Amino acid sequence: MVEQRTFWRGVIPHLVLWIGIAIVAFPVYLAFVASTHEPTIISNGQMPPWPGSQMLENYYRTIFIGTSGTTREPVGTMLLNSFIMAMVIACGKIAISIISAYAIVYFRFPLRMTAFWVIFVTLMLPVEVRIYPTYKIAADLNLLDTYAGLTLPLIASATATLLFRQFFMTVPDELVEASRIDGAGPFRFFKDTLLPLSRTNMAALFVILFIYGWNQYLWPLLITTRDEMQTIVIGIRKMIVTADAITEWQLVMATAMLAMLPPVAVVILMQKLFVRGLVETEK
Amino acid sequence: MAEVKLRDVRKTYTGGIEAVKGVSFDVPDGALCVLVGPSGCGKSTLLRMIAGIETITSGEIRIGERIVNDIEPSERDIAMVFQNYALYPHMSVYDNMAYGLRNRGTPKAEIETRVREAAKMLEIEPYLKRRPRDLSGGQRQRVAMGRAIVRKPAVFLFDEPLSNLDAKLRGQMRVEIKKLQRSLDVTSVYVTHDQLEAMTLADILVVLNLGQIEQIGPPLELYSRPASMFVAGFIGAPAMNFIPVRADGDGLSAEGGGLSGARGFAVPKQGAVLGVRPEHLTLSGIEGGALFDLEVMVVEAVGAETFIYGKLPTGKEVIVRLYDNIPKVGGRITVSAAREHLHLFDSGSGRRI
Ligand SMILES: Nc1ncnc2c1ncn2[C@@H]1O[C@H](COP(=O)(O)OP(=O)(O)OP(=O)(O)O)[C@@H](O)[C@H]1O
Ligand SMILES: [Mg+2]
Repeated sequence: MVEQRTFWRGVIPHLVLWIGIAIVAFPVYLAFVASTHEPTIISNGQMPPWPGSQMLENYYRTIFIGTSGTTREPVGTMLLNSFIMAMVIACGKIAISIISAYAIVYFRFPLRMTAFWVIFVTLMLPVEVRIYPTYKIAADLNLLDTYAGLTLPLIASATATLLFRQFFMTVPDELVEASRIDGAGPFRFFKDTLLPLSRTNMAALFVILFIYGWNQYLWPLLITTRDEMQTIVIGIRKMIVTADAITEWQLVMATAMLAMLPPVAVVILMQKLFVRGLVETEK
Repeated sequence: MAEVKLRDVRKTYTGGIEAVKGVSFDVPDGALCVLVGPSGCGKSTLLRMIAGIETITSGEIRIGERIVNDIEPSERDIAMVFQNYALYPHMSVYDNMAYGLRNRGTPKAEIETRVREAAKMLEIEPYLKRRPRDLSGGQRQRVAMGRAIVRKPAVFLFDEPLSNLDAKLRGQMRVEIKKLQRSLDVTSVYVTHDQLEAMTLADILVVLNLGQIEQIGPPLELYSRPASMFVAGFIGAPAMNFIPVRADGDGLSAEGGGLSGARGFAVPKQGAVLGVRPEHLTLSGIEGGALFDLEVMVVEAVGAETFIYGKLPTGKEVIVRLYDNIPKVGGRITVSAAREHLHLFDSGSGRRI
């Protein structure tokens, strides 16, 4: 009786999990299968359920040569662009927000609370809302088609600042006082105590922000015009032609698979820290 | 080595809370001064001002020859042990102890010897590589002490360092702190609200109440001649019995009876409060002392001693500590206290008469 109950207790959650995994993984699997066949098979609408023989060839073409018609750049360049953008956005956001949170929590300066509320209010102003003025400024500063233009306007982050602020407020005051007695000034306290304590929080944020940066669509679409500045998310869209030409679906799918890899890698690599950052604080 | 001198020190927090209202006292070189008082009386505030992590609103604090009012904590030649230890969670025990020395640019070899020496003294050598979270409360406490010791400061400051420990460990650590302080011979200021800790540790005891000093002196003097009802009630456990009295001929009487004897007190017209400690009441009649007639309400045997909760006819409770001839509940007893163990306080101001 008891055994049976524990048996069902084990089975049902697993069943639910497996169904969930299947729902998420099936389209990914289809994309992978599509990326390994010849173009004609997919266009016919008769895609077989098993991977085909063209895998190496398709991926080689995607990464190093590019599609024949629409995007003249190979996906390798796009991957690099996307990676640079996501990295700079994630690191920049973390750096800026941890410093501003430090200022807001630990220093008394005029208009401190005003500064805090101004940052808070920008939560309501994501890029999409302020896209025209932001574009105008970027254009005036000659930032179109540069990495700076691609990343800078996305770096300021109210969310991350608030998150660090909340974390800093849970750090006991005595730690600051002990540091002062130990002869550590504001900079040393930040570097020797606050940064190491924020490690897990930073890791968790990094994962989230890297994916946020990687998935950017609207802003890169506006700010980049030259092919060699394209990010992969935009590249995929451009590969799908609606008129005249034939979409090379096997290459589109290969690109999609490649676009998925870096975020997945980041999540897998940082998984342990990520979970710790979300559930516990090292105190 | 240094003395600590406070002159009319005040602290008003932003928001107008007057936490410390003019406090002056001296701690001689090498002495252990205990600040004791109820919660919120300003003990921590005072200690933190000496440490330099709280600004001084007015007054003057000297450590050694220097006025330290405007000197950074790290320059004051002090070390502090916090109630929650405030160890750096991400550093090993060794690094926790070494951090302050490194910041001052102490040579590596010197740091190493000092940390090892302190670790040996505190018996925490096996844990030097561990993180604080992998230590027990008592071990963390020792690390916090170690961090203070390695700096070889002129003054140790302790803010309720034992209050997070269980009773047994607290007793052990209390003895160790005393020994350590004696052997290092460093001037120390120790904050606690535990009167037992205060009595056993102090060379000088400072009783604070509402941001002011109630009384200052050697612990036993405060015990035997408390300057006010506050001090009398605070020091000693169980607390002193207080009985409202008025003059009756040349003796005293309590309202509703039950008290006689106790001659030779100058009692003001409006009456006074008589204080007597449970441990000074005995069943044998004492010549010239005060006699109390009590109805026994509760008998509490603690082992070596027994506490009798008695009642005067007015219903006023009086606690008596006895060792033998324990009476039965509901019975009546007469206990007496010697003249020198009776304390009379003004019923208005609470000061000793
Ligand atoms: N940062 C602060 N701002 C305003 N008021 C404060 C501040 N710190 C303490 N106080 C007030 O000052 C008074 C004294 O506080 P303090 O911490 O010195 O008490 P304490 O004697 O150490 O008490 P405890 O035994 O509970 O630690 C209290 O009334 C407290 O509310
Ligand atoms: Mg306190």
